[in-house]
Amino acid sequence: MADEPLVLGIETSCDETGVGIVRGTTLLADAVASSVDTHARYGGVVPEIASRAHLEAMVPTIERALKEAGVSARDLDGIAVTAGPGLAGALLVGVSAAKAYAFALGKPLYGVNHLASHICVDQLEHGPLPEPTMALLVSGGHSSLLLAPDITADVRPMGATIDDAAGEAFDKIARVLDLGFPGGPVIDRLAREGDPAAIAFPRGLSGPRDPAYDFSFSGLKTSVARWVEAKRAAGEEVPVRDVAASFQEAVVDVLTRKAVRACKDEGVDHLMIGGGVAANSRLRAMAEERCERAGIRLRVPRPKLCTDNGAMVAALGAEMVARNRPASDLELSADSSLPVTDPHVPSHEHVHEVSKENLYS
Amino acid sequence: MRGDASRIAHTDRGAVPAAAEPYAVCVLLLAMDTATPAVTAALHDGDSVVAESSQVDARRHGELLLPAVRRVLQEAGLTLDAVTGIVVGVGPGPYTGLRVGLVTAATFASALGGVPVHGLCTLDGLAYASGIEEPFVVATDARRKEVYWARYDDCRTRVTGPAVDRPADIAERVAGFPAVGAGARLYPEVFPDARDPEHQSAAALAALAAERLKAGGAFEDPRPLYLRRPDAQVPKNYKVVTPK
Ligand SMILES: [Zn+2]
Repeated sequence: MADEPLVLGIETSCDETGVGIVRGTTLLADAVASSVDTHARYGGVVPEIASRAHLEAMVPTIERALKEAGVSARDLDGIAVTAGPGLAGALLVGVSAAKAYAFALGKPLYGVNHLASHICVDQLEHGPLPEPTMALLVSGGHSSLLLAPDITADVRPMGATIDDAAGEAFDKIARVLDLGFPGGPVIDRLAREGDPAAIAFPRGLSGPRDPAYDFSFSGLKTSVARWVEAKRAAGEEVPVRDVAASFQEAVVDVLTRKAVRACKDEGVDHLMIGGGVAANSRLRAMAEERCERAGIRLRVPRPKLCTDNGAMVAALGAEMVARNRPASDLELSADSSLPVTDPHVPSHEHVHEVSKENLYS
Repeated sequence: MRGDASRIAHTDRGAVPAAAEPYAVCVLLLAMDTATPAVTAALHDGDSVVAESSQVDARRHGELLLPAVRRVLQEAGLTLDAVTGIVVGVGPGPYTGLRVGLVTAATFASALGGVPVHGLCTLDGLAYASGIEEPFVVATDARRKEVYWARYDDCRTRVTGPAVDRPADIAERVAGFPAVGAGARLYPEVFPDARDPEHQSAAALAALAAERLKAGGAFEDPRPLYLRRPDAQVPKNYKVVTPK
């Protein structure tokens, strides 16, 4: 439909410079420039390197997205940007660019929440989100269970990791096994040839008295490292495939069990899984199996939409426009610890219109 | 298109205009600099400053720059599409703030359909504003007990730098010279003859750019002068977790 909002979204919260363009729930462009290769030798994302890369990539990525979408900037109905949470310096590059773009074009600006965007992106794949939707977000930076009755205004945290993020655990175990960075894809690949039941690694926070929806992966990480070190100390060969499969099984088991339980407890019949770890094949398979058994409809976007990208920000921005949410003002700042309960950062004054006279007067 | 080359090509040899400038284009420079604690924006029409806004707040570059740009445009009664060139301080300066000005300049240029972005060394703006006509030094705060600095023969002529150093390490090289910028005031033992200005002003940066444009002078690439590598440690060897 041509009258659906045409929105450009900018995402720079970590190491991907993402610019996406959507019309309503239709994806038109998803341009991403990643600095992940530069970070690989450091075994993790280096904030200053990420920020420098964002500055270099920002405008070329915006221009590439516009070209890919085949739309003119002056036809946009709004500019959305990740206002947080994320790396402060990295966020600031995207927020500054979005403000400049919105001001120059005379378009409304929407500073939105990165986590809510990870959920909203599924609209581009499976159509409008059911309300409420339960969401399991798992990546190198976050592991949360969120209940979203209204993705533009009401997102409630159910649980989160109390130590490492799930993706971080994959990176750390990859390091223990000497598999490089990032760890997720290589562990997923090796695990396919290993036995997930070979080693009984612990399931964090799974006791009857533990918080029902929180996660902990730090103990698991230590347990895997000790197991591997004991093998090495004994001069035995480390069965890398079995370790990968058993470790992955422990992570995925806890994630899916708690997510399904949250759905049942809250009477929610839809579960969406997003974030980079949602690309994990075992997580997808186990979630499918358990959701089917519990009568829950599972929604997982394709892997490219699960990792950080601009399309997810555009998707949430379009929803803000469609629901007439107030725009942000030009004082919008990056907020590295923006709480998930703030799906967007509206203007201080309630009614604020960026002048449309700025460029095309 | 503003620089209308076709008209020049059609000019008859006999009709070459005299000193008057029949092809003078309307110049409007938008200048900004976020490489120091000053968040500063200005408009310049090629002859003089039209409007300026400066605030000193080392932690709010991201919040303050766009409202400053809006303010100078409003004050001048102009819109952004009237801008014919963007002038931006490329540092050196603390990175987080520095990037705000550079990405804003680049994004404006793209949104305006490719108006030119003229980069200027931030220290050159301070030097120009000082008006000093003898050898002197510009020093700004580089944090971590260091200064960004450069040496000038006069307010238009940089002779060394920019560089980043500990004040004590350059004491001999700057001894006896007046010094401008906040870095000079921070280390009076190394820069005893501190002079104005203390803070960067986009008005001075714009005036310098206007002068250079008229003279056909060169500009810096609109890319950041970081002068330091990012702090990044290649992780040491894998640390075992098994207790000894
Ligand atoms: Zn993310």
